Amino acid sequence: MDVSLDFAPGLSVLFGPSGSGKTTILSAIAGLVRPDQGRVTLGGETLFDARRGVDLPPNRRSVALVFQSLALFPHLNALGNVAYGVPGTLGQAQRLERAHAWLGRMRVSHLAQRYPSGFSGGEGQRVALARALASEPRALLLDEPFSALDQALVRELSAELVEHVRALSLPVVLVTHDRTLARGLLGEVTLLRAGRVERVGASSELLAD
Amino acid sequence: MGFGPLIDLAPLLLSFEVASLATCFASVFGIGIAALLAMPRVWGRELIDAAITAPMVLPPTVLGYYLLVVLGRESAIGQAFEALTGTAIVFSRGGAVVAATIGALPLICKAARAALESVDVRLIGAARTLGASASRAFFTVTVPLARRGILAGVMLGFARALGDFGVTLMIAGNIPGQTRTASLAIYDAVLSGRDADATRLSLIMTALAMTVLIAVGYLTKQRRDGF
Repeated sequence: MDVSLDFAPGLSVLFGPSGSGKTTILSAIAGLVRPDQGRVTLGGETLFDARRGVDLPPNRRSVALVFQSLALFPHLNALGNVAYGVPGTLGQAQRLERAHAWLGRMRVSHLAQRYPSGFSGGEGQRVALARALASEPRALLLDEPFSALDQALVRELSAELVEHVRALSLPVVLVTHDRTLARGLLGEVTLLRAGRVERVGASSELLAD
Repeated sequence: MGFGPLIDLAPLLLSFEVASLATCFASVFGIGIAALLAMPRVWGRELIDAAITAPMVLPPTVLGYYLLVVLGRESAIGQAFEALTGTAIVFSRGGAVVAATIGALPLICKAARAALESVDVRLIGAARTLGASASRAFFTVTVPLARRGILAGVMLGFARALGDFGVTLMIAGNIPGQTRTASLAIYDAVLSGRDADATRLSLIMTALAMTVLIAVGYLTKQRRDGF
């Protein structure tokens, strides 16, 4: 893999077929995978630099990742999941209050006491996003966030995502192999193939029919 | 000494006492070692695993011999223990606890390791990206999700400790009221021709073992059905 990427605040899309390295890139940015070489910086801070031996652990990068599988904690209800990432400097009552607030923003307050095994696909997606945002990240990574959802729900959730991204001024990197979704998000698109960046540009230009 | 003419409870009560202490010790060491072995990069993992598994495959007389050498009254550990407590480890209740601990440790460790390793690594990754340190992720995500498997291992370890015979006989002896556990009492009853006593004790030990196995089956079934 040989990539050099620079994500500005706002929505950026990593588009490519399966096996092109999209998930690996997200994992490397989040600190879950250690690249053999290269550098990862965020807001001027170096998160990883192979040459200088810098490798911040994931919990110190403030980079939230929403996994394709959502990775919701099955032993915690929705409120517990969202509260898990709320910064530890707050007291328990404030953490729960923040978690409630994020569930409300994602329109899933009614799920607070329910466990992940009882969520629909769309509900799980909203709770996972609430959990990621409640951790107050400096960047948000989304790995195939709408896979296995029907097209109507994908349109609804992607519109809400664009709305949330506009409200937050942080880099949001969304990985997908869905051309329709990538085109609809209207962000900057990076085309990946076999671990290399092929092109970078506007979705309307790169993903035209 | 006994509870009427039916059965002498002393060996059973001693077995419970010894097994409970042994399970506590074996759980602390076994779960700790399991957590170490479940980590991604551990030097000497296979060697440690083999050392933990050895008591399951070595003949009890071999294990007992090694323990006599290491803990006997002529050994450094044995002399230090006797200087501190005033009694020897061997041929005492302490020796019975050591023997039962050695028997329970592999079962608890292996079950705990399997349970810890079965936790989806993406959940641990999610916890880390949400700001959790490695230890917080371990105690708040890995351990809660592995707890049924760990508990099943602890119960199996208890059952094993309850029924230890060969190693207990080697390093604790068969002293009535002191180290004569239920297993040794059955052996003694058979040698003395007291078949009724041997039968009663055997049935009680069988019932205890079956209860543990049913409970373990229930715990592991819950895991298969989902959290």
